[in-house]
Parts: sequence; structure tokens; C-alpha cells
Amino acid sequence: MQTQELKNVASQVRRDILRQVHACQSGHPGGSLGCTDLLVGLYFNTMKLAQDANGNVVFNMSGNQEDVFYLSNGHISPVMYSVLARRGYFPVKELATFRQLNSRLQGHPTPHEHLEGIRIASGSLGQGLSVAIGTAQAKKLSNDTSTVYCLMGDGEQNEGQVWEAAMYAPHHKVDNLIAFIDENGQQIDGPTEKVMSNRDLEAKYKAFGWQVLRMDGNDMEEVINTLAHAKSLLGQGSPIMILMKTEMGAGVDFMMGSHKWHGVAPNDQQLADALAQLNETLGDY
Amino acid sequence: MKFTYETKKDTRSGFGAGMEYLSQNNPKVVALCADLIGSLKLEAFIKNSPERFFQTGIAEANMIGISAGLAIGGYIPFATTFANFGTGRVYDQIRQSVAYSGKNVKICCSHAGLTLGEDGATHQILEDIGLMKMLPSMVVINPCDYNQTKAATIAIAEYEGPVYLRFGRPVVPVFTPEDQKFEIGKAIHLIEGTDVTILATGHLVWEAIQAAEILEEKGIKADVLNIHTIKPLDTAAILASISKTGCVVTAEEHQINGGLGDSVAQFLSQNHPTPQEFVGVNDSFGESGKPADLMEKYGLNAAAIVEKSIKAIARK
Repeated sequence: MQTQELKNVASQVRRDILRQVHACQSGHPGGSLGCTDLLVGLYFNTMKLAQDANGNVVFNMSGNQEDVFYLSNGHISPVMYSVLARRGYFPVKELATFRQLNSRLQGHPTPHEHLEGIRIASGSLGQGLSVAIGTAQAKKLSNDTSTVYCLMGDGEQNEGQVWEAAMYAPHHKVDNLIAFIDENGQQIDGPTEKVMSNRDLEAKYKAFGWQVLRMDGNDMEEVINTLAHAKSLLGQGSPIMILMKTEMGAGVDFMMGSHKWHGVAPNDQQLADALAQLNETLGDY
Repeated sequence: MKFTYETKKDTRSGFGAGMEYLSQNNPKVVALCADLIGSLKLEAFIKNSPERFFQTGIAEANMIGISAGLAIGGYIPFATTFANFGTGRVYDQIRQSVAYSGKNVKICCSHAGLTLGEDGATHQILEDIGLMKMLPSMVVINPCDYNQTKAATIAIAEYEGPVYLRFGRPVVPVFTPEDQKFEIGKAIHLIEGTDVTILATGHLVWEAIQAAEILEEKGIKADVLNIHTIKPLDTAAILASISKTGCVVTAEEHQINGGLGDSVAQFLSQNHPTPQEFVGVNDSFGESGKPADLMEKYGLNAAAIVEKSIKAIARK
């Protein structure tokens, strides 16, 4: 897909995020908006996904012979759900059921309700990277040359399990894995620097044996180019970490620049003001 | 029926033998271990299938997550360590990434209970059955000897879904048949009797057999069942026995809170209220000591089962 087309998809995904969270007055819009460009870039451009003869995506739990993405910071489920639905994994109108009783779109993603596109439950933080490593090693055992991707939050780096996984992956030469840290600099109790500083993540991951890249996670062209560069580094004995600067609330001016919108839903007027800033490119559900 | 044995072996070696079998017979089985290869008896598996073994170092949380990821990719991971570190330490990882996610991961843990001995209470988990059985969809198995542990190890590879397999360190009599077929959730009727039902699991099964012999000398006929699977519980077999005897003793190397006895009481209170006595650890931690001395001090042996049986009969 061309960059402009990807930007159009991202605009619609941002509308979906806001409308999901508004409808149930619950959920996490800030981080979802910040990670929209990455997920659109992955699912609509970079990832090799299983498809049927008509070119429609097909969901297989094993992810064999296709690229697999894991969302470790599960609270940004609205962006995950919108991207999966817009990519064709399940009906877009199902987004209207987000966080409501009897929905497959639980507050945090889970395969428990058999939602196509979700392979693991996440939300209790720090576990996704380990799962991604396991699937990457399964691919190596099966001589499957596709890639595993995993997104974590920067606040999530507080969790000890992340560093167990960070130590393991280079030791075992898991070089079919590309991980991301969403560096939006915010967590629930305030700026990450104040709550629990990550200090120098680049130096830390390099010391653990990762190849580390950086990108602006809200510049679609840079996202696509960095993903292509990262893929060119696969198979060289090291896992790859992309430190991704994003703005929480990206795309909606009054939601940017603070962590106020981490877990707060817009009211009717705020929704209208936000949607006025985002083109309806693919049609609202 | 009289039970005899020729050798004593540790149940963890039965697990190792089962893993050796699986290394040769099931290419989908992979093993993970958190720096305890020797304790888990994984040497033969690793020798036969080095590419299917993953050393995680002392990082149990990561081991559980990697296991879930391997299961997604179509493998059958056996995640192994001591019972304390493989359950309580990583409860949330098991809950979110394995049980709630419905992953085909086998959590296989040695050194469960008091009988690891001298290392003391830091390592003597007595809550693991309770922790694991509370998780929806988790199967919980505690085999009684070497042969049964080997059979259970082989059987759980054929079962699709999360399983907790618990075994131990001490050598104990090998009295069940070699090359037996293990049926998950199917209790094994060991001794016929009409006066008291004894439901035992793990290392306490042999003690229950000894207890039944002592009781017989006193003219009491015990009906003894080996409840190797705590979840799902073989309620039909338990009901059939209790319908004959009218009272029950449960015996396990575990806290009374949350253990086999708890599951039995919950079932009976709703379906067939019955006087029940509990052989188990009564809301305390363990301590350092020789295994047999610990089992004596904490009331987890044949003598304790005899005493509780007489008490249960008196309550009929």
C-alpha cells in the first residue's frame, strides 16, 4: 500500500478507536491513538498474512507460515480490534460491542471468546515478549521463515519478566523476532521518568544483545521504512528492538501531550470535536 | 489384595522416563527447564532431542510465557521446575498466558510437598494443588509412584489442554504395574472394603494401603481408591464407594485448605453428605528434616490415616 492509503486507513482506525471507547464510556484511547500508525503499517503493509484464494485474510491459531503479531500492552485493545476488523478478520460492525456483555471484544484481548486475530490474552503486563519468543522458536523448529512481532509499552518495562525475556532472546539467537517499545513517556501515575525511569533503553537492550533501532511511531513513512530496514536485519543471530517515540492521543489535538486520556472516554461533545479532526475514509461502522 | 514392591524409586524419575519415551515417540513434545535439569531427570530427553529442549535459566515467568508461545506454534511444551516455582511464583503467568488463553501447556513439577525434606518450607509448597485446581480448565494430577508418573507423563501429551502434573523427590515403593495405561480423571480402586472409604493421592496412596492392612488387623475393612487426578474428580467412583461405606478419609501431602479433601467435601456436601476426616497439613508451613520424620510430625502417614479412619467410622 502507498503511504497515503495507509494514512487513510489510520484515520479511519482512529475514528473507530474513539467511537468504541465513547460507546461504552470505558477503555484506553490515548495509547491506542499513539500506536495506530504502527499497527496499520504492520497489518496493511509489512506483515505477510495467511490469505484464501480470493485474497481475504484467514485466521489460523498456529500462525504457521505467516507473520504473527502479539500485543503485550493489551489495554490498547481498541486499536488492535479496529485494525483486525478493517483488515478483514471479523465484521467491522462488531466493534460496536466493545467492552459490553457477551462480546468477543473484551476489555483486554483474549482468545477465550474465539475472536479471529487474537492468539493470547494480554493486559496483565510483561508477558507478551515471552510468548512472542516461544512462537519465534516454534517457527525455527518448524523451518518456518516468517517473522514474529511484539509491541510493549514503556511503562511495561517496569515488569521483571520483560527483562527475563530480554536476556533469553539473544542468548538463544531468536533472530526472527522484531519487538517494539511504545515510548510515549506516560504511565498511569504520571510521566514514566517520574514514576520509574527507564533511563537509557537503547543502552540496556544493546547490552542484553539486541539490535536496536529508533523511529518516530507517528510518521507513517518512517514507520514503513524502519520496518523494512528491521526486516533486512533478521537472521543475523540477534533479535531486533525498535524504540518508537509516539504521542499519546496522536491525531486528536486536545488529547495529545498529557496522560489524561490514558484510560478516559470522551463525552458526546469531545467525541464530535475529535471526529471533526479525522477523515471518515472507509465508512464508520 | 495384598500389595508388594520390589524396588523404591522417586516419582520424578518416572517423569524423566516418560519424557525419554516422548523424546522418541512424539516429535511435537518440547521441554523447558529453569536451571534444574538434574532434579527433573531430563537428561535422557535432552540427549535424544537437544533441539527440542529450551534452557530458560532461573526465570520461571519467562518459561511459562515461552511455553504458551510454543503451544501456539503447534508444539506441546512441558515446562519443568520445582513445584513452588512452577505454580505459586508464576500464578498470574499461568492464569493469563496458559489457562485463560487455553494453551496446551503441561506444567510438570517435582519436589512438591514436605518430602523434599531438608531444604525446608521455602521450597515445600503445600498449596499448589489448590492454586492450580482453581484455574478454570486446568487438569491437576498427582501420581503415586514411579510407574504411574511415567504413564501419566505419556498420557498428558495426548490430552489437549493445560495440565498440572505434580510429583516428588523421595524414593517410594513402586507398586503399580509397569507400562500401565493412565486414564486422566479415572480413579483406581485398590482395595475392596465396606467400613470406611480412603481416598488418597500422590505419596499418600502407599500410606493408605499400609493403613488398610493395619485396619484389617483390627477387623475394619477399608475401601481404598487412588485419586491420581484431583481435577477432574472421579465423582462416580467416589460416590460408589461412599454408598457402601458411609464415611470417608482423604489423604494428601498438601494443605487441607484447597486440596483433594476440599474437592471431595464440596462434592459430597451437595450430593451425598457424609462424615469426612482429613489427612493433610493443617494450615501451617513445613520445616527442614528427613522426609519420613516430617511426614510423621505433620500427620501424613499410615498411622494418621488409621486414626482418622476410626474417627470417621465413629461419626457414622
